[in-house]
Amino acid sequence: MSDIFDVFLLEAVLNGLLLGGLLALLSLGLNLIFGVIDVVWICYAELIMCGMYAVYYLHVQFHWPLLLAMLAAIALVALLGWLLHQFVIRPVLSAEPINQLLVTGGVLFFLQAAATLAFGIDFKNLGVTLPAVRLGELSFSAARLLAFAVALAGALGLYLFLNRSYLGTAIRAISQDRAVMPLMGVNPARIFSITSALGGGLAGLAACLLVLQYDIHPAIGLSFGPITFLICVLGGLGNMLGGFVAAFIFAQFIAVGGFFFHLEWGYVIAFVFFIGVMFLRPRGIFSR
Amino acid sequence: MLSLENVCAGYAGFQALFDVSLEVKAGESVAVIGPNGAGKTTLLRLISKLVEPTQGGISFQGRSLLGVAPHEVVARGIAHVPENRRLFPRLSAEENLRMGAFVSRRDFAEKREMVYGLFPRLKEKRRQAAGTLSGGEQQMCAIGRALMSSPKLLLLDEPSAGLAPVVVQSIFALVRRICAQGYTVLIVEQNIRQVLKVVGRAYLLDAGRIVQSGASAELLAAPEIQKAYLGI
Repeated sequence: MSDIFDVFLLEAVLNGLLLGGLLALLSLGLNLIFGVIDVVWICYAELIMCGMYAVYYLHVQFHWPLLLAMLAAIALVALLGWLLHQFVIRPVLSAEPINQLLVTGGVLFFLQAAATLAFGIDFKNLGVTLPAVRLGELSFSAARLLAFAVALAGALGLYLFLNRSYLGTAIRAISQDRAVMPLMGVNPARIFSITSALGGGLAGLAACLLVLQYDIHPAIGLSFGPITFLICVLGGLGNMLGGFVAAFIFAQFIAVGGFFFHLEWGYVIAFVFFIGVMFLRPRGIFSR
Repeated sequence: MLSLENVCAGYAGFQALFDVSLEVKAGESVAVIGPNGAGKTTLLRLISKLVEPTQGGISFQGRSLLGVAPHEVVARGIAHVPENRRLFPRLSAEENLRMGAFVSRRDFAEKREMVYGLFPRLKEKRRQAAGTLSGGEQQMCAIGRALMSSPKLLLLDEPSAGLAPVVVQSIFALVRRICAQGYTVLIVEQNIRQVLKVVGRAYLLDAGRIVQSGASAELLAAPEIQKAYLGI
């Protein structure tokens, strides 16, 4: 009896780890944008939704190879991120934060409505089923393992880019002193554009991983957008490392909490934890 | 190398500079001295194009700087160490140097070693966040960051401001060394006595106008300056 109990608990912990990887990737793009541009893309999950539709249509309707469809989707969402910055964020860059929230919130509803009109409300499925991976008595979804691995690789790649390259250093620098950037020969507007495309690209990458696990519908953004936002706040909004760690903590609450009680209770416990943290450390666990 | 002709500049509803003409030749070290609020910082911001003149002309190496965007000025060969240093506090000292080399990335390692040769203390603290360095170290880092772009003209805005008296001495010694190395330097200072010992020539700026100019020794001996600014 106790043996089986332990195996299931271990499976829950490992599944939490896998979920954590995916949530961590989701948080990266949002945190990057906030940390650098100081604007929250409320419509971040809707950009992911667009990416999921892109993979679906390119692969299922136009019969592109899956990998090519995914690369195209990443490029497309990167372009969407750039467009979002040029046409929505830039005009309100120095406006009140509440106005910035409202315009990106408006984009959220716009994208949802546009997706409903264009693609209908029925659930679409990629039709690709990755096998389950068995490890002794444990069983994992290969899609989740893949998502975990790609999320870690994406985070590592982003870390190296931000720390080793000139452009990455400039992206970190601009959030610390925007006004002095021209004296370094850096055009701040260009850095913002590049960062927005990068944030979009990360959303596109997340879309490629999510589309392997979930059905696509116009409101899918709502099922992980709020969680992503919550994780970013939990780790300290704009703090990428904080968000990364917070994703794993949050995922463990969901997975292990769901194991001990009922699956839905996992979310309840995780949110109670979140509310508790907000009382103790309103700026997030890893706030400076 | 650099010349300003009858330049006027200001901010919304406030004119900071009136009819300023100034020239810096290659290899020279020149100071602009004057009291607080005389327009010294505005003058440097004008050369970096952070402020556009309302009248007059600016040219550098025979090419006009009018209409040039601020981020294009560094590539022309002008590096600006701004007031209050303005380092990126959460980047390491070395990452700050990397930002300085953003427009001229060739020979990064070589230039970095040149800067570390000039400021050995900076090398010891190269991995430390710039915001945690002492005032003097921050000033070294800011000057080093500017030198990383291999500038033809170095603009220094009040390098001695906010530093302890002992540190001020060593910063001026460093500025003297940089001038001696053949850099063309335009320095703005309130610390008139000290800066005149370092540079060859100076302009006195007061209430937005150039009121006097000449060789450093001449200005140090001028009775008006002794009386008004040196307290003699």
